Amino acid sequence: MPDFETFRLVLEGLVAGLGVTVLVALSSLAIGLALGFALSLVREFTRTRAAHFAIDAYVELLRNIPALTHLFILYFGLASLGLRLSSIAAAILGLGLIGAAVTCDIFRAGFRSLPKGQVEAGLAVGLTPRQTIISILAPQAMRIALPGLGNYAVQLVKDTSVVSAIAAPEIMFFARSMVTSSFQTTLIYATAAGLYLLLSLPLMQCVRVLEAHYGKLKG
Amino acid sequence: MTGFLQPYFEYGGEWWPLLAEAMLNTALLSVAGFFLSVVLGLALLLCQMSGSAVLRGFAALYVTTVRGVPLLAILFLLYFGLPGVGITFNAFTAAVLGLSLCFAAQVSELFRAGLKAIPKGQREAALAAGFTPAQCFTFVILPQVVRVILSPMIVTFVSLLKDSSLASLITVNELVLTGRAMATEYFLPLQIYIAVGLCYFMIGWPFSVLSRRLAAPAAR
Amino acid sequence: MDALLSVAGLRKSFGSVEVLKGIDFSVKAGEKIALIGPSGSGKSTCLRCMNFLETPTAGEILLDGERIGMRNGRMMSDRQLAPQRAEMGMVFQLFNLWPHLTVTENVAIAARKVRGLAYKEARELALDMLAKVHMTHRADASPLELSGGQQQRVAIARALAQKPKLMLFDEPTSALDPELVCEVLNVIEELAGEGRTMLLVTHEIAFARDVADRVMFLDGGVIVEEGPASAVINTPREERTRSFLKQIRH
Ligand SMILES: Nc1ncnc2c1ncn2[C@@H]1O[C@H](COP(=O)(O)OP(=O)(O)OP(=O)(O)O)[C@@H](O)[C@H]1O
Ligand SMILES: [Mg+2]
Repeated sequence: MPDFETFRLVLEGLVAGLGVTVLVALSSLAIGLALGFALSLVREFTRTRAAHFAIDAYVELLRNIPALTHLFILYFGLASLGLRLSSIAAAILGLGLIGAAVTCDIFRAGFRSLPKGQVEAGLAVGLTPRQTIISILAPQAMRIALPGLGNYAVQLVKDTSVVSAIAAPEIMFFARSMVTSSFQTTLIYATAAGLYLLLSLPLMQCVRVLEAHYGKLKG
Repeated sequence: MTGFLQPYFEYGGEWWPLLAEAMLNTALLSVAGFFLSVVLGLALLLCQMSGSAVLRGFAALYVTTVRGVPLLAILFLLYFGLPGVGITFNAFTAAVLGLSLCFAAQVSELFRAGLKAIPKGQREAALAAGFTPAQCFTFVILPQVVRVILSPMIVTFVSLLKDSSLASLITVNELVLTGRAMATEYFLPLQIYIAVGLCYFMIGWPFSVLSRRLAAPAAR
Repeated sequence: MDALLSVAGLRKSFGSVEVLKGIDFSVKAGEKIALIGPSGSGKSTCLRCMNFLETPTAGEILLDGERIGMRNGRMMSDRQLAPQRAEMGMVFQLFNLWPHLTVTENVAIAARKVRGLAYKEARELALDMLAKVHMTHRADASPLELSGGQQQRVAIARALAQKPKLMLFDEPTSALDPELVCEVLNVIEELAGEGRTMLLVTHEIAFARDVADRVMFLDGGVIVEEGPASAVINTPREERTRSFLKQIRH
């Protein structure tokens, strides 16, 4: 049985990666939300065929290929072209771009769930299409998207562990490097799992509250 | 552009058999993982619906834990951690087990939502028509649940397929690990990882299209 | 005096189905016109063509002498249409209130965004309009907390806040529970008393007779009969009008 002192050392070692985990999660969340929302607007409210096709292709390619593969392309692949990204930059960019494909679909579903009468009422009072989108449709679509976005955020926190594979110094990276120099394999990985759980639990609670609230609004 | 594509023409013949074999492994891993996920998911569902508070508590705890812990941590625990306490799996078994432990929670949630989506009147109408509870479940409830969850189940399968890539990190010789080996051999990481990505796409995309097709009538 | 609204040769097809087959009528300022007809006869479509929520296939609509929806022989975009639509207040069958805004915000938002009123002025205007529909007491509620009749009154206030030249009503009471119909009809009747110009699609025949100056009976995409309200409803000339009125009174 590992004693408390070992546990403290393990925990200390892992917490060293906490900052990078949070940095990667928050930055890629920001990219994912902003880009995904922009893409959903273009996809739902413009009529350019080429743009629709490009966005559909983007979403399909990012959603049907593993994050790990995308990260390898960004980190190892681009480096072979001389475009060398730091592991953290590649991690943020990769998870952010994947996130945009995910949130684009979530926002689009939000827009589509709005009854047609909402737009019509906006246009009927004399709002321009742009004003209707900004004041009437987007706020509602975002609200409807919240539970889905929450689930995405929970998934994202876990997905940050994958970036250890391109040596971004986050929690799992430290876990893996500690394992090579110690025999406390089980303890180290279990503690890492616990740390992720601690990060996810508040988010999961948020999702639960959002879902309950949204259910109330609908019913 | 031709410079970028050049290696595909030059080495395509050598790469394809390697990638095809790896694709087969990835598919095998995913299908096995998915199958076990459904089995475990249904077991979890029974726990959730059981009269025993202990079982329900266990199920709730299990779902929460698995939702909050990365698959990678679970895989490392199973493959590298458990030998420390005397339990050893080969890499493939550990990967199948890890994937299905994770996805069982999703599967059970899907089934639960599917059951919830069936109006109570359906059961009542069936019982009123003289069905036994078992007949009611088999002929009235289950077919409807299956229709509701088929599309999200396929989405879940595609997620599992993507997550099976993490098995490369516990030395399962699937697409990504094969890609890594090829990348070190040929020094063409960009072309090789893109090829690996497209291999996943070839498996996953048809399922994504299928799930959308199945979801469409319900959405309209 | 010239007509405030004049419609000439209005046609509308959905795909190969022609729903409106050449509609002509005009509305003088202050006049109240009821549009009645069987389900599917094209009443809503006709009304929605007035503010181009439905794009007519052919025809001409003039509001106060200004051609709606067409400029220099070209169809106007939704963006270009916005100022013209602001001149017409529309009340929908299903209210179409915006659930993410409070009652007051629902009424005030167009004044702010379309006419550029300051926040305070827009709010005051909104409260005035809510007073007209007797909804001041729920000014800060969410539309989701209101009964159907209350929602529809707020929707009327929203349209009034546009200071429209013309009010368009599309069966404003047909989605309401029977006991809530009255409160909405009363509000519309009060507005009619203020000398507003109204075009009203309705199934409430008695209400149409009491409130409207003229009634138009639409069937099969054409106006079958038109005339003073009491005449059309009490002594219809056309057989189709008669059988429709008989049916609706069962
Ligand atoms: N967007 C549309 N696409 C295709 N057909 C349509 C559309 N809108 C209306 N129609 C058709 O046009 C016809 C007239 O519809 P409209 O809604 O104007 O009738 P209405 O007189 O208002 O009927 P109701 O009393 O039921 O409201 C109907 O046959 C309807 O099916
Ligand atoms: Mg209608």
